[in-house]
Amino acid sequence: MFQIVYREEMAEGTVVLNEVMAPGIAAKAKPGQFVMIRANEEGERIPLTMAETNQEKGTITIIYQIVGKSTALFKTLKEGDSYLDIIGPLGRPTRIEKTGRVTCVGGGTGVAVIYPITKGYKEAGNEVTAIIGARTKDLLILEDKMRAASDNLRVCTDDGSYGHHGFVTDVLKEILEGEGTDLVVAIGPVAMMKFTCELTKQYKVKTVVSLNPIMVDGTGMCGCCRVTVGGRTRFACVDGPEFDGHEVDFNELTHRLQAYVNDERVSYKSFLKGSKC
Amino acid sequence: MVEKEKKGKIPRQPMPEQNPKARARNFDEVPLGYSEEVAMLEATRCLQCKNPTCMAGCPVDIDIPAFIARIKEGEFASAIAKIKEKNVLPAVCGRVCPQEMQCEKTCVLAKKGEPVAIGRLERFSADWERAQGKVSTPKKEPSTGKRVAVVGSGPSGLTVAGDLILKGHDVTVFEAFQVPGGVLVYGIPEFRLPKAIVAAEVDYMKKLGVKFECDKVVGATVSVDELFEEGFDAVYIGVGAGLPIFMHIPGENLIGVYSANEYLTRSNLMKAYLFPEFDTPIIRGKDVVVFGAGNVAMDAARTAVRLGADRVRIIYRRSREEMPARIEEIHHAEQEDVEFILLAAPLNFIGDENGRLTGVRCQRMELGEPDESGRRRPVPVEGSEFEVACDTAVIAIGAGPNPLLTSATRDIRLSKRGYIIVDPETGKTIKKGVWAGGDIVTGQATVILAMGAGRKVANSIHKYLTLGW
Repeated sequence: MFQIVYREEMAEGTVVLNEVMAPGIAAKAKPGQFVMIRANEEGERIPLTMAETNQEKGTITIIYQIVGKSTALFKTLKEGDSYLDIIGPLGRPTRIEKTGRVTCVGGGTGVAVIYPITKGYKEAGNEVTAIIGARTKDLLILEDKMRAASDNLRVCTDDGSYGHHGFVTDVLKEILEGEGTDLVVAIGPVAMMKFTCELTKQYKVKTVVSLNPIMVDGTGMCGCCRVTVGGRTRFACVDGPEFDGHEVDFNELTHRLQAYVNDERVSYKSFLKGSKC
Repeated sequence: MVEKEKKGKIPRQPMPEQNPKARARNFDEVPLGYSEEVAMLEATRCLQCKNPTCMAGCPVDIDIPAFIARIKEGEFASAIAKIKEKNVLPAVCGRVCPQEMQCEKTCVLAKKGEPVAIGRLERFSADWERAQGKVSTPKKEPSTGKRVAVVGSGPSGLTVAGDLILKGHDVTVFEAFQVPGGVLVYGIPEFRLPKAIVAAEVDYMKKLGVKFECDKVVGATVSVDELFEEGFDAVYIGVGAGLPIFMHIPGENLIGVYSANEYLTRSNLMKAYLFPEFDTPIIRGKDVVVFGAGNVAMDAARTAVRLGADRVRIIYRRSREEMPARIEEIHHAEQEDVEFILLAAPLNFIGDENGRLTGVRCQRMELGEPDESGRRRPVPVEGSEFEVACDTAVIAIGAGPNPLLTSATRDIRLSKRGYIIVDPETGKTIKKGVWAGGDIVTGQATVILAMGAGRKVANSIHKYLTLGW
């Protein structure tokens, strides 16, 4: 059992942070790695990239958006409650090197994933600009942490309620046109990563993305998470989750994420019905 | 050979089974097991040979005539005790061993007609004991103070654990999934091996003192070297063949195309067949094709039937004679209306604008000269392409070695294909204190062969812990 020692709701309750006791995983985890997590006996195994780890306390932090039954179920867990299973750390860690100028782009809950990577690049001696975005101001997460983790933070909202009015790609384009950057790391919704990669391709700037396909075991055993990268099938769980964004077939990923959309609806509906009683 | 039936001679007792129409709609076990009377009757067929040839066919050396003699006398408790001297998983082996290739093949009666139903009698003994609610445990040797880590809780790992705990060693089994059992849990379906039976066998091991640590991925959560640092004296690697093999043909990433590993793991381990009671979904295809013709392919096809498919077809590139599945499994699949398209191989999958599978283009094959496996090689027939409509496809053409642990472990030697190279007599790797066995050494094989490997390794580990490397 993996106990929740701290819990926080963000983005008007649409996003939840859990700091969970998992000393074995905390001791090993590196930025970019994920865990498979399951709340109860009937539950699915969900992959979540860790936002933070604390070796001394033996905890890991996960941040998830409520998108369906499983995450809605996770949200019902309070401080002191436990997850039934957490498995990890899985996947390859981010290859953090001294590159020069690095731009970290995070959208939605992708900000949670890019936060430890941003921190890692700065600690490795890079000049790090971070661009984070959300639909509206109240849905923005981890602004303060991202400011502290980077040399320069740029914030965007789709509706203009805060920071730059528009998409993260607008600000990224400014940077590409202006001072330039040696590396872009982009993590967020598939569409955001896709557009970011289309943009950086024009400027021939290497771009790393972290992919979030559906997984079952997370250890390379089932092939559910297969993605096409550079024309080759790769398993995001063991070959990734980070890949060269210019090589990724985002359309295939978008399709594959829809594989169970009807089942997910059925499951979520029956959960909402049950929890109202 | 002409079968001469003497008057009054008892025929091999058939296994009662759930009727095919009913069982095609449920996940309950298909063979129902012998009653006490039938088991005793079948046991009387055993000739109690002085030099029993059946035992030569058993990878774990069960004293077959001895346990059968006890069943004949109605001494069921003593029959199961006899089996357990050599086999820690009798309820599993009685169900999934290919006895027709092993003990029953070498039974003297096999030459004259029908061998003694050794597997069914083994299953009966184990089921009888479980039904009594009190499971006997053999006595353990005094504690040696030595600690053994077993990586992987499949058939070979459980055998190593079961053997070494009885020899007085302290054994901990590490499992990457949330429940122990390995392929017995994620791979073999409920209707062939009920998970309650695997759980009961694991409980038996716990009763013997074996510790289980689930959710621990050795190679990720903890390394082999760290196991030694934690104080383990020996490590056994029995992680199985956990890498799905795809066909690398166009369209393979369409929604609806599954590896057998994924399809079966969703259904068996995650209980997707009980969705939405359980949260993990699975595509309940109406028109399902399965590639391959081994036991795993039969399991996938029969799972598809139970998930409500209107039509399930197995597509295999060779002919019926070359199908690697057990005859019993092929027979069960046919009874459940699984169809076979033989001598055909897929060229590419076809999908719609949403990336969902709608069909597969295939090509006819004919058999040419034998290949290195001794089976006749399938050769494509020019201009014979045809299309099969389907909404779900399962690729069950085998599994390879999962590199997660092996790539994270220094000082072990791997074959070109990624299997661990060991000393064939002992199962020793070239790394001191580390053994390996089962599918990660041999490639995908049977439960009992993995258990046979486990037995050999357990003897070698015991020797090491008491005498040295």
